[in-house]
Amino acid sequence: MLARALVQPGRWATLLVLLVWLPLIAYVMFRSALGGAASDVLLPAVPAVVALYALGLARCRGSWVASVGLTLVCFWFVIAVAVPFLPLTDPDKPIAALALPGTTKHGVHFILGSDARGRDMLSRTLWGCQRVLVWGITATAAAYAVGVVLGLLGGYLGGWCDDVVSFIGNLLLSFPVMVLFILILNLLGQSGFNIVIAVTSSSAPMIMRIVRGLTLEAKNRDYIHAAQTRGEHPLWVMGVELLPNVRGPLIVDACLRLGYTTVAITTLTFLGLGLQPPDPDWGLMIKEGATAALLWKYSYLITIPALAVSSLILGFNMIADGMRELSGRS
Amino acid sequence: MPLEAAPRAAPTAPLLEVRHLSVAYSLGARALPVVMDFNLTLLPGESHGLVGESGCGKSTVALAIMQWLGRQGRITSGQLLFKGRDLRLLSGDELRRTRGAQVAMIYQEPMASLNPTMRIGAQLTEVPRYNEGVSHRAARARALAMLNRVQLADALRIMEAYPHQLSGGQQQRIVIAMALLSNPSLLLLDEPTTALDVTVEAGIVDLIGSLSAEYGMSMLYISHNLALLRTICQRITVMYAGQVVETAETAALFADPHHPYTRELLAAMPQPAVHKHAQPLRAIPGQPPAPDARPPGCAFGPRCGYFVAGRCDASDVPLKVESGGRQTRCLRAGEIAWQVSPPELIDGPTRSPGATALKVRSLSKSYGPVSANECVTFDVRAGETVALVGESGSGKSTVARILMGLTQATSGSAALDGVELAQLPVGRRPAATLRALQMIFQNPFDTLNPSHTVGAQIARVIRKFRIERDKTRIDARVQELLAQVQLPAELASRRPGQLSGGQKQRVAIARAFAGQPQLVVADEPVSSLDVSVQATVVALLRDIQRESGTTLLFISHDLALVRQLADRVIVMYQGKVIEQGTVEELFAPPYHPYTEALLAAIPIADPRVTRRKMRPSVEAPSVSLPPTGCRFSSRCAYRIRGTCEVQEPPVREFAPGHRIACHLPAQELSQMQPIFEVIRP
Repeated sequence: MLARALVQPGRWATLLVLLVWLPLIAYVMFRSALGGAASDVLLPAVPAVVALYALGLARCRGSWVASVGLTLVCFWFVIAVAVPFLPLTDPDKPIAALALPGTTKHGVHFILGSDARGRDMLSRTLWGCQRVLVWGITATAAAYAVGVVLGLLGGYLGGWCDDVVSFIGNLLLSFPVMVLFILILNLLGQSGFNIVIAVTSSSAPMIMRIVRGLTLEAKNRDYIHAAQTRGEHPLWVMGVELLPNVRGPLIVDACLRLGYTTVAITTLTFLGLGLQPPDPDWGLMIKEGATAALLWKYSYLITIPALAVSSLILGFNMIADGMRELSGRS
Repeated sequence: MPLEAAPRAAPTAPLLEVRHLSVAYSLGARALPVVMDFNLTLLPGESHGLVGESGCGKSTVALAIMQWLGRQGRITSGQLLFKGRDLRLLSGDELRRTRGAQVAMIYQEPMASLNPTMRIGAQLTEVPRYNEGVSHRAARARALAMLNRVQLADALRIMEAYPHQLSGGQQQRIVIAMALLSNPSLLLLDEPTTALDVTVEAGIVDLIGSLSAEYGMSMLYISHNLALLRTICQRITVMYAGQVVETAETAALFADPHHPYTRELLAAMPQPAVHKHAQPLRAIPGQPPAPDARPPGCAFGPRCGYFVAGRCDASDVPLKVESGGRQTRCLRAGEIAWQVSPPELIDGPTRSPGATALKVRSLSKSYGPVSANECVTFDVRAGETVALVGESGSGKSTVARILMGLTQATSGSAALDGVELAQLPVGRRPAATLRALQMIFQNPFDTLNPSHTVGAQIARVIRKFRIERDKTRIDARVQELLAQVQLPAELASRRPGQLSGGQKQRVAIARAFAGQPQLVVADEPVSSLDVSVQATVVALLRDIQRESGTTLLFISHDLALVRQLADRVIVMYQGKVIEQGTVEELFAPPYHPYTEALLAAIPIADPRVTRRKMRPSVEAPSVSLPPTGCRFSSRCAYRIRGTCEVQEPPVREFAPGHRIACHLPAQELSQMQPIFEVIRP
C-alpha cells in the first residue's frame, strides 16, 4: 500500500515523466560515453512527451491558463527530446560570423542568424533547452526530496527534531541566494551536479517550511489520530496518511519553483558559474552575445535566448496558476 | 404550560411575500435548480419556521431574500415582495439600505459575523451610527441598553472585549444584539443555535422568542430541528429537495402531519420522555436526491413508505391547499391511513453486562494551572453502553483522549482489563491494547483520510490487527462491514470526498469495529449531522454494539439521543462527575440540578409530552476561573448561599450505582418534580 499510495495520484503520468526524464538526463550526461548511438536513447521519450501532453491537456480542461502553460512547457520538452533528429546544422560548428536573421551566408540560410563565432542561433537555441530542462528539473526534484522529508520529520515529530531541522533551514535561508550559489560552486567546482547541490541547499529550506506548515495543520486531523490509535509507525503516518493530503499546494509550488530554478541556472551560467562551454546553453548564449548586442543591429543575439528562457518560465508559472484555479474550483 | 407559540392576531398586509421563487446554481455550463416554486407569506410580527434536511434549499431561500446568492446563484423566476416592493427590482443603493435597516440576518457561526480585530463596543455602536447617523454617545447608550436586553451581564466589560474573548453563546447574543440595533422589521435566522450547547441553545431560542414578541418583528427561522421551531414559530414550512412539501400552523403540524416526510422527520427525533425499547428511533431510509438527479413525480417517492408506483411517480405533484391555510404536496395526503407504529421491542440478543472492563479512578488532567478534568471516577462493564454527557468544556473529550493515549493524564488511573492507560501514550501501547480500544471521532469531514479509498482504509485496520491475512478474505470482510453499516458494496472503491456526512460517519463506525475491539469510544459521533441522519447512525451504532457485544463509551451533549442508546449515563460538569446512574434513574427524580437543567433544555417534538420549565440563570463561567466548592453553584437555581460556593459537595448514593454530588438535602432532591410528563389520551 505504501508504494501504491505514493504512485497512485496519476500512476500513468508518473511513469511517463520518468520515461521522458531518464533518457534525457542520460543523453545530456553521457552523450560522449554513448558514442554514435547516443540519440537512440531519446527515441522512447518522443512518444512519451506527446502522451504526457495529451494526458495533461485532458486534466487541464476548464482552465485555459493551464492549457497554454502546458503547451509552452511541452513544446520545449518535445524540442529537447527530438532535437537530435531534427534537420539542424551542428550547434558548435562555426560557419559564418554575425549573419543577421533571415540571411544566407556561405550557402547556409540562417533563420535566426548566427553568433560572433559563426554558429547557427536556431540550432543553438533549440539544443540549449536540453541542459536547462534536465538540470532545472533534477535540481528541483532533489530540493523537493530533501525539503519534503525534512518538513515531514520536523512538522510531525516536533520537539528537538523540529528544532534542529528548523535551525538548519533558517541558517541556510539567512545567506543571500547568490552568495550561497557562488560559495558552493567555487568550493565544489563547476558542474551540473554541483548546481543541483546549490539549488537544493537554497530551495530545500523553503520547501521544508511549506511542508512543515502543512504537516502541522494536517497532523491534528482525526484521520491522523485514527492512524495513531491503530498503532501505525510514524513513517507510515507521514508517508501514507499525511503526504498525499499535503500534495495539492506542493504541486503548485513545484511548478513555480521550476521557474525560479530555471532563472537561477540561467543566471549562474550567465555569470560564468555552473555549466561550462562549449555545449549550447541559453545563459551562456546571452553571456556570449552580450558584448556584440550592444549594437542594436546584433540585439537578436540576446533577445532570442532570453525569449526562450521567458517562454519556459512563463509556461511553468501558468501551469501553477492554472492548477491553483482548478483546485480552487473543485 | 403549552409549548407551542401562541398564534397572533393577523393584520392585513403581509410584510414579506415570496411568490413562485425559483433559484438555480450554475455549475460550469449546467444550471442546477435548488429551489422550485417557493411561496411564503409572512405577516408583520409573525414567526415562520423553515425546516428540512441539509441541502433541501432552505438557506438558499434566505439568501435569495437577502439578494446574496453570489455569482453562481441566480433567481430564475418569482417575486420577492417586501412591504409591497419587489426586492429584485431595487437599485444597489436601495437594496443596501433595506438590508441594513429593515432586514437583518443571523448565521449559524457567530464568529463569522463578528470582526475579530474590532472591540464589541465599536462593532455595536457602528450600527446605529451608520444607519441613523446618531452621535457616538447616543449609539453607545443604545448598545449598552441592547446588551442588557439580550441578557448579557456585565455589559461594560463586554463592550471592551474582542469577540474571541467571549463564549459561543455570548457571541451569538452579540450578533442578535447587532441585528436588533438596526430595528429590523424582518429577521432571518439561519440555524443560529446549531453550533451551541443544548442549554445555551435553549436560552438563545427563548431570548429570540421573547424579543420578537416585544419588538413586533417578523422572523423566518431556519433549522433542521423541528422540535426547536415548535416553541417560537406560529407557522412552519417543511422543505424537501428544493420544494415546499407542507405548510401549516405549528400546533396542527405537530398534532397531525399530513405529508409522509414530515411524519418521518418527527419519528426520527429522539424522544427524551420515552424509553428506548418502547419507541425506538426510526430513521428515514435513503438520502435526499441530488439537484441533478431528482426522481420523476414526487421527489420523496423513493424514500416514502406510502409510495404507489405509477401514480406518485407519474407527474409533478402539485401543492394542495387544504382547510386552515394548510398546504401539502402529496397526492395521497387525505387517504393514507397512518399506522401508528406499535411499541416494538428491539430484536437481537440483549446481553447482561459482564465484569468491569474499564476502571477509571480519580483521573485528572491539567493544562498549566488549569485543570480540565478533576477526579473523574467511573466504571464501565463489559458489553454495556455508557454515555458520558456534558456541555463543551466539561472535560468529556479529554477523558476520551486520555483513554486513547492521544494525551496523558496528570494523575489518577484508567485501567482496561488491568492495563494501565492513564499515562501510557499511544506509541508505547502493546499491540493487544491498541486493538482492544478503538475510537469514532466527532467530525465526519475529518475522520477519513481524503486521499485513500473507503475500502483501503477499512482493509488497513483488518490487516494491521491481523484479523485476516489473505487478500480475498480481507476484501470479503470489508464488504461484510460495509453491509453491516448499510452502505452499498461499491462504496469501497470511492474516496471520502464523494460521500455525505452520514455515510462518512458510517464508514468510520465500520472502521472502528473492523479490528473487533473490546471497547469503542465514540466522541460525539453524530453531533454535526442532521437530526434525521443522527437517528440512522445511532440506530446502527446500537445494533452493531449489540451484535458484537462490544463495550461502548458514548460521549454526547444530547441527553435525548443518549436515552435511545445508553444503559448508564455519567454527567460531567467542568471536569467533575456530578451524577451517574442508569438511564431510567437519570431521567427521573432525584436529579442533580445540572441534570435537571440539561433535561429542561431538550426541545420536545411530541405534543403528548409536556415539559416543566426550569433553567439556570447565567451561562457557564470560563474553565480558567473555577469557582471554589461546587462547580455548578454559580449557575444553580437551588444554590445554598455560604455552602455551595465554598465546600466540595458530598457524593451520595440514592440507589445502587446512582450517585449525585450535591449539597441539597437528600429529601429535597428526592422530592423534585419530573421534567417530562406524558399526557395519556
